Amino acid sequence: MAGNTLTRSDLSEAVYREIGLSRNESAEMVESILGQISSALVRGEHVKISSFGTFTVREKGARMGRNPKTGEEVPIEPRRVLVFRPSHIMKERVNGGTA
Amino acid sequence: MIKSELIQRLAEDNPHLFQRDVERIVSTVFDEITNALARGDRVELRGFGAFSVKKRDARTGRNPRTGEAVPVPEKSVPFFKAGKELRERMNTSD
Repeated sequence: MAGNTLTRSDLSEAVYREIGLSRNESAEMVESILGQISSALVRGEHVKISSFGTFTVREKGARMGRNPKTGEEVPIEPRRVLVFRPSHIMKERVNGGTA
Repeated sequence: MIKSELIQRLAEDNPHLFQRDVERIVSTVFDEITNALARGDRVELRGFGAFSVKKRDARTGRNPRTGEAVPVPEKSVPFFKAGKELRERMNTSD
């Protein structure tokens, strides 16, 4: 495990290198991709990127929680959570496969 | 939304780019994330979320049909945690 962290700038650098857009435009395209995915999720849509994975919105009902420090009961409001299911291809790649 | 729809929307917003280029841009971004995870790296996209790899220890599983014990080797699984901003936006839209 190398333990490096990639950020937006690494992604836009890759677009700059591979596609040959300007650095500025590459950064804008990375931002647009993330923006489009976010907007779809906010609308409650699932986002499926084949060979990468699926972002799913799950509705969670209200429940009673507990403050672990004080032991006090606190109501947890119903909310939407985001779940990512990696594709088989990604799972295999992460386990050293080349698929 | 599926990948082709994402590409469609991006192409509409960027009429100066060929659709073919938009496809390559989208593939480059997702390939870059997958390659990073395959190396064991993290990908942190502020406001959106972070991709990381979690290690699952080896364990003894069981064939649910026969009840037979089978060794499950150690493995790594990709993991995504939504960023604060996206989490909040998903819960304030209506």
